[in-house]
Amino acid sequence: MQIKVMTNILERNDQVAAALQERFKKAGILVINLLGSPGCGKTSLLEKTIKALKETLSIAVIEGDLFTAKDAERIEEHGVPVVQINTGGGCHLDANMIHDVLDCLDLGVLDMIVIENVGNLVCPAEFNIGEDCKVTVLSITEGDDKPLKYPLIFKQASAVILNKVDLLPYTNFDLKAAEKDITAIHPGVTLLPVSCQTGEGLEVWFNWLIKQVQIKKGKESK
Amino acid sequence: MHEMSIAQGILDIVLKTAAEHNAVKISCIKLLIGQMTQVEPESLKFGFAALAANTIADSAVVDITIIPLVGKCNSCGQQFTVERYSFLCPLCHSANILVVSGRELAVDYLEVE
Ligand SMILES: [Zn+2]
Repeated sequence: MQIKVMTNILERNDQVAAALQERFKKAGILVINLLGSPGCGKTSLLEKTIKALKETLSIAVIEGDLFTAKDAERIEEHGVPVVQINTGGGCHLDANMIHDVLDCLDLGVLDMIVIENVGNLVCPAEFNIGEDCKVTVLSITEGDDKPLKYPLIFKQASAVILNKVDLLPYTNFDLKAAEKDITAIHPGVTLLPVSCQTGEGLEVWFNWLIKQVQIKKGKESK
Repeated sequence: MHEMSIAQGILDIVLKTAAEHNAVKISCIKLLIGQMTQVEPESLKFGFAALAANTIADSAVVDITIIPLVGKCNSCGQQFTVERYSFLCPLCHSANILVVSGRELAVDYLEVE
């Protein structure tokens, strides 16, 4: 006997993600799903962002990591609430993991939650975790072939950060080619070349974030 | 290996569906996987076989159809196969493209006894 099913395999995850999204919407909190390879500079970017914006915005961080709490410890030093999720080898965060830790945060006082996903260009792109937007970090040292190799994570991102641009003179990374590929994959995406080392471009990123928070709170139209 | 999470999702769906139809054995599972997903068919089959052991799906054949990535231009109406992940209309170069197919991740149908 044949049974027609036609069910989305990620349906259950998407249902939990939708419920989370509703909770964040009610609380007026912008939620960023921060994606990128290990070593692309997600945690450094997060540290710079917290330093620059913690007086302006009430920020909390959820740190996804395979086994360690190293990144969470780095963030904790900046005096913002941090929750650690260890996936125990799992290559991505899913909506249930976020749901399970949310009671550790005081949603009533927050403007923004940044969820640093597990370092990986493949799997996290498939799983919604209740975020408003995905931000993908690609660093110059990873090579300009990555967008066409892992297109989904660039297609799903609202903003793509090209980190470590201070290293451009020392690599064969073709910035123009990478920007062209990313824009072809996702026309209209916000592209932000930055260097967490020199601070170049970070101001633009901070302003982008502040604008997203204002849009979320309904203080500014898109 | 997120294929393991996806395999678990498939197993949950097929066991529930089979139970609703009082099936005693699942012989075939037909999946639709879009070209623009990050799923490795062989990893998925491997993961599913591991999870399905000791269930009524443990000898099920997992049959995967890959759905090509197709876009439709909202400006001129042209429908086209997306090459090299370029989401620009080949006819009018508009960037206003609707993804028609290629993002599927679904259980299509089951064969049961
Ligand atoms: Zn067109």
